[in-house]
Amino acid sequence: MISKQTLTWKSIVLSAAAFAAIAVTGCHKKSTLPPSSAMAPDTTMPAPTASISADPLAIDIGQSVVLNWRTTNATSVSIDGIGQVPINGTQTVSPANSTNFHLVAKGDGGVTEANVRVTVRVPEVPTAPVGNVSNDGPMGSEAAFHQNVQDIFFGYDSFDLSPEAKTSVSMAASYLTSHPAIKLLIGGYCDDRGSAEYNITLGENRANSAKTALVEAGVAPGRIRVVSYGKERQFCTDETDACWQQNRRAQFSLDR
Amino acid sequence: MAALTLCLLGSPLLHAQDPIHLEATNSADRIRLAVANFKPQTGDANTGAYKQTFDTTLFSDLTSAGLFDVVSKDMLPQSTPGFPAEINLTQWSAAPSSAAMVAFGNLSTQGNHLVVSGFLDDTKNTQFPQVFAKQYNEEASEDNARQIAHRFADEIIFRLGGGVSGIAETKIYYVKILGPNKEIYEMDYDGANQHAITHLGTVSLSPRVSPDNSRIAFSTLGRDGFQLKMFSLLLNRPVNFNSAGGTNLSPAWSPSGQQLAFSSSRTGDPEIWISDPEGNIAHKITAFRGPDVSPTWNPKTGAQIAWISGRSGLPQLYIMDADGSGITRLTDGGYATSPSWSPNGQFITFAWDRKYGPGAPGGQDIYIMEIASKKWIQLTHDGGRCDFPSWSPDGRHIVYANSPDGKADHTRIMSMLADGTQKKALTGSGADMPNWSWK
Repeated sequence: MISKQTLTWKSIVLSAAAFAAIAVTGCHKKSTLPPSSAMAPDTTMPAPTASISADPLAIDIGQSVVLNWRTTNATSVSIDGIGQVPINGTQTVSPANSTNFHLVAKGDGGVTEANVRVTVRVPEVPTAPVGNVSNDGPMGSEAAFHQNVQDIFFGYDSFDLSPEAKTSVSMAASYLTSHPAIKLLIGGYCDDRGSAEYNITLGENRANSAKTALVEAGVAPGRIRVVSYGKERQFCTDETDACWQQNRRAQFSLDR
Repeated sequence: MAALTLCLLGSPLLHAQDPIHLEATNSADRIRLAVANFKPQTGDANTGAYKQTFDTTLFSDLTSAGLFDVVSKDMLPQSTPGFPAEINLTQWSAAPSSAAMVAFGNLSTQGNHLVVSGFLDDTKNTQFPQVFAKQYNEEASEDNARQIAHRFADEIIFRLGGGVSGIAETKIYYVKILGPNKEIYEMDYDGANQHAITHLGTVSLSPRVSPDNSRIAFSTLGRDGFQLKMFSLLLNRPVNFNSAGGTNLSPAWSPSGQQLAFSSSRTGDPEIWISDPEGNIAHKITAFRGPDVSPTWNPKTGAQIAWISGRSGLPQLYIMDADGSGITRLTDGGYATSPSWSPNGQFITFAWDRKYGPGAPGGQDIYIMEIASKKWIQLTHDGGRCDFPSWSPDGRHIVYANSPDGKADHTRIMSMLADGTQKKALTGSGADMPNWSWK
């Protein structure tokens, strides 16, 4: 019985090899794969293009800013926080705090995103009495730190700094240069799509992009600690574009 | 053994989507095996409970092996033979059981010990029906009743399965999700006996057991980010592993157990490095901007490594020689992660989202690719998000993580035959990143 089984197996292996050699399609009797047309991207329709700009990019609180967007090949366009908008248009907004305006253009050829960040300057808090300064220690206050050193956000699967991110970094660098006692922790985060191991390396590259930019702007590398969290320890877990964008960031904090 | 006969459709005219055919033996080719309930002999009040555990485990092991057409217990003869002299083989070979082979035996508790005698008979060989006989004698416990059933099942699989060892005695290491923390856990291959290995109170990921089952390498989130750790299963405590800065993660044992490949950003960009099992004599084998992570060795040769690289954008599956030369990209797009190399060296299983991106309708599923031809088949369909496939040592099974609704904390561990059939959950929600032991 055993030898018969072995023989059967050998003959099956042999016949499989023969199939391979002469390219018989007969053993392909249980195809569960979808037809190829379902897999191929629809290349007949061009992908939408989208751009969005804000003027000015930075305002004092209470002022307004004009958003201006242009798309092509799009059938529906939305901006987070505003909702459905015309495919091309302008709108005046007056955000209460710094806001990432995230535009999604959907068309027959796919989906394209565009972002613009509007920075809102909050009036300087009156200088605290000298006696309270010691509470903050040599690193200065948490509020002043976050006002000057702002988190930077990334496109999906990207660790390149956007123009807005570069603006944030240069502002952060000047603050850090004038406050040499500050030690800095840069946390690299990813949205929770994708795979855990890959996202840790992507978060590492994001945090390192921010670190490299700060070092190039004159901040000593010894003041900076980098930790990539990948998609662990998320603070936003909704399955929305806005939440995913929140999670694709290099986050700065005081390394006390 | 014909369980995973590979039918390779070699025509170059065929579309890349219908390539290889991993086919489980259909029931006509499988050995018809009857598994009798074992006969309780003597013993204390627990004998009945041990017998119940033993019978259930043995039946489940042989059914899930993917080798046998196991006779439903409803169709078995009424008799319960405990010894070769008590079995009437014609009863078992006749319809409805129509068995070619019969596994049977007896079980007793003698003092503090559980004693099991198991027999395998060939019903067609009326003169000398016995294929083998085994006796097991262990301290009496539920767990040992299960382990003895695993050993007897593996013996049957080894004798009838073309000489490939069974996997009923193998273990699966995995990540248990405990609120914000994750610990490394161990369980039997069938999901029984789940228990904690680490108690670190942080996030530990990517457990990989050494080929000799003596150590587990994994990565743990600490003050300096993720770092590799080594845990000795023999000493039951962490042992030393030297890291040299940066983030270090996703360890992979070479089949010799003498080397560990992993991702390290100690020089800035995450690259694949190789060191010894203590973290010494580390050297870098990739050098390209972008993430490099999740290595896995060719377990047959120990001379090649497959890994995931983001050097050209979204993460793709690549292979190279273990010295970093001969780089070949295997996937043609999408978002590919978490490779595991088959024991025979021919295939890689991995997770793939072929339509990844904002607004794209893609799903992350488990695939197998034949390395020589780059042809692939999809093993999971529409069952939610799948990741972290890991091959069983017999090459017949794949364990993987699945989240039916895509939420991370709903992830559970599933197993299936390597042709995508016989999918079953091994754990409830809150288990991720399985790694099948080498033996």
